[in-house]
Amino acid sequence: MATPPIAGVARGTGAVRRSRPSRRTPWRLVILFLSPWAIGFLVFIVYPMVTSLYFSFTHYDLLSTPRWIGLDNYKFMFTKDAFFWLSVKNTVWIVAVGVSVRILFAIATATLLTRPRRGIKGYRTMFFLPSMAPPVAAALAFVYLLNPAFGPLNQLLSSAGVADPPLWFFSPSTSKWGLVILGLWGVGDAMIIFLAGLLDVPRQLYEAADIEGAGPWQKFRSVTLPMISPVIFFSLVTGIIWGFQYFTQAYVTSTVNATSKTSLGYPEGSLLFYSVYLYQQGFSYFKMGYASALAWVLFVVTMACTLVMIRTSRRWVHYQGGEMFR
Amino acid sequence: MTGWIRQMTIGREASMRRILVAVTAFALIGAACTAGGDEGPASPTDANASHEPVTIEIWGAWTGRELKQFNAIFDNFTAQYPWITVESVGAVDDPKIIAAINSGTPPAAVLSFGLDSVGKFCQSGAWQDLTPFIERDGYDLSQFPDAVFKYTSFGGSQCALPFLTDAYGLYYNLDKFENARLSGPPKTISELTDYAKQLTEFNPDGSIKVMGLVPFSGYYETNSVTLSIPFGAKWYSEDGTTSAVDTDPQWKAIADWQKELVDFYGGPEAVTKFVAQQGDEFSSSNDFETGRVAMNIDGEWRTAFIENEVPDLNYMTAPIPVPDDMADSYGVGQIGGTIIGIPKGSPDPESAWLLVSWMASDTDTLVYMANNVRNVPTTTAALESPDLEVTPQFQTFLDIFANPSSHYKETSAIGSLDQDLVGGFLEKWQQGKVTDLQAGLDQVAEQINAELAQASGP
Repeated sequence: MATPPIAGVARGTGAVRRSRPSRRTPWRLVILFLSPWAIGFLVFIVYPMVTSLYFSFTHYDLLSTPRWIGLDNYKFMFTKDAFFWLSVKNTVWIVAVGVSVRILFAIATATLLTRPRRGIKGYRTMFFLPSMAPPVAAALAFVYLLNPAFGPLNQLLSSAGVADPPLWFFSPSTSKWGLVILGLWGVGDAMIIFLAGLLDVPRQLYEAADIEGAGPWQKFRSVTLPMISPVIFFSLVTGIIWGFQYFTQAYVTSTVNATSKTSLGYPEGSLLFYSVYLYQQGFSYFKMGYASALAWVLFVVTMACTLVMIRTSRRWVHYQGGEMFR
Repeated sequence: MTGWIRQMTIGREASMRRILVAVTAFALIGAACTAGGDEGPASPTDANASHEPVTIEIWGAWTGRELKQFNAIFDNFTAQYPWITVESVGAVDDPKIIAAINSGTPPAAVLSFGLDSVGKFCQSGAWQDLTPFIERDGYDLSQFPDAVFKYTSFGGSQCALPFLTDAYGLYYNLDKFENARLSGPPKTISELTDYAKQLTEFNPDGSIKVMGLVPFSGYYETNSVTLSIPFGAKWYSEDGTTSAVDTDPQWKAIADWQKELVDFYGGPEAVTKFVAQQGDEFSSSNDFETGRVAMNIDGEWRTAFIENEVPDLNYMTAPIPVPDDMADSYGVGQIGGTIIGIPKGSPDPESAWLLVSWMASDTDTLVYMANNVRNVPTTTAALESPDLEVTPQFQTFLDIFANPSSHYKETSAIGSLDQDLVGGFLEKWQQGKVTDLQAGLDQVAEQINAELAQASGP
């Protein structure tokens, strides 16, 4: 293997002869420049991860010295903790339904926004702006908007003749859909990426499809989708990670509506997502050892899903410059 | 492989080894790092001797108006102990206090609303056992009603002292009672159910306009704890090792009572719709204050809210009714409020003890706080003080506190998890999602027992 050239230093003789740089790697300098990142990485990423891995094998209540209990936390989680499975079920729902609906809605919105010729910047800004709203404020706003009694949406539904409008965040059958609607309102962040992807599709491909007599669906199916598949893949991976860590909106809506001593995840545990449950275990019940075990399971599952996504992506993701992941 | 790459690889492996060693050391140090133990108290502090001036901090959960009123008490303390200046820090919740204890930087004294954590605080030693101070100074514990010890101590450790308390009773609207030709408060559960039905008003479309009483667990202060005390439902077996949710028939009585009222109102959906329109609990839009409910379970502080927000409201208070076959116990209620203590690693436990013991027992301070914050004072002397401003509505809560059977639920090593499990079950039950009540209670008890086993460890 040839020694790589050092960037910025031309081979051969120059007009002004410079002293030949040392071939030794300047480790001290490298370490010096790396240290801000390295220290942060060690202190804020590696150390907490290693420590939480250790805590996951202990009984640790934040107050007493951690006591080693081996795999007991994991055994309890999988065999005795009914709320663990409830939180898994809710989280899988938000990942499967919430993320899918959000991506479809983002593609649809972005497609619509590629069409107008006038006021396009205004429309894009209008659709993007909600994604800038702080999650807590947005969740509180939706608690009001979707209030079954005085919320404007149900009043609209009632005036439109809907006899029995949904109870939204007060009913387990509709509470998660309320969060999905909240997610769709703030879809601007995903939409803007899809919009960029759609605008990047070469026009000549559509022209070629037109010449071949393809209809709108065929063009979308055979041209648009393959060309924006890297963006779909990116949104899917980040969306799944987002879904597994779903917290703020669920925490706010469930605690605002449950004004007294009820369990998190109101109503009836329907908003008890994995991260909410993890938080509850660690910071309400002070079961930090157990919370650490939950966190590691979450990490492993999220990592596994991401790897599976990357592995399977070669079958359906098309890069203009060739394969990305091998 | 060139020398350059080999050097990089070898260097990387060596660095990785060093990093791993360092990380392992970090983890072990972190795991072993807890605030050190505290030595027992020295000799009693002589207030008349000369002392170096000290400033101590007390952290607590008070906020806003109540924090200002709370902060005003420390001038009197400094007048009594001139060398000690107290700095009060508000809006500090239990997790923050725990984090400070873990990092070895706690304040001298702490105040908490988290009664459910007393078991953990005492058991772990995070809050110091005050017994050595109490014994050394001959501190008189008989000044407190017996009930306070249930929520200030655990496992033989008296790690907290009471500083005011809450008491829960029934608020009822006298105008609505008059309209329904009802006189006096209901005293038994069957009377309560009957009154609730008579006081309920429906709209022409069948929806509920005014509800007699909302039976849902989770509605304001109506929950598994406030209901369990008047119903006489036990949380744990006598020895505290197993849940009694499955064996004590009173839990079934609570559930049956809920169902009867829910059915009367038109089913879970009708009640849910009504509850969805509730006003904010701690504002003038509170349902009792606006007249949406004729009766409601609430704490003594509501009297202050009503006085400030709807002074013309014609209402009265009473103990929460009890089951018909337990009529003798009428007057009992849930009590339990603010606790104070000395955290592990307190920088000045002696001064903190002076502060904590003074706060818990100084009559003028307790009366001042009771008159302003409208909580129940926690010593016999303060309860009998002529300076205590007592309205007929507030007197009810003093009586509930004075009732020897009033208490807080049994504390345990699992904190508030038991309440959440029972509360979660009642949520499902009141929505009609539970077909076999006993099987459901069995399952809840099993979960509580599993949590207890996990908390106590192998």
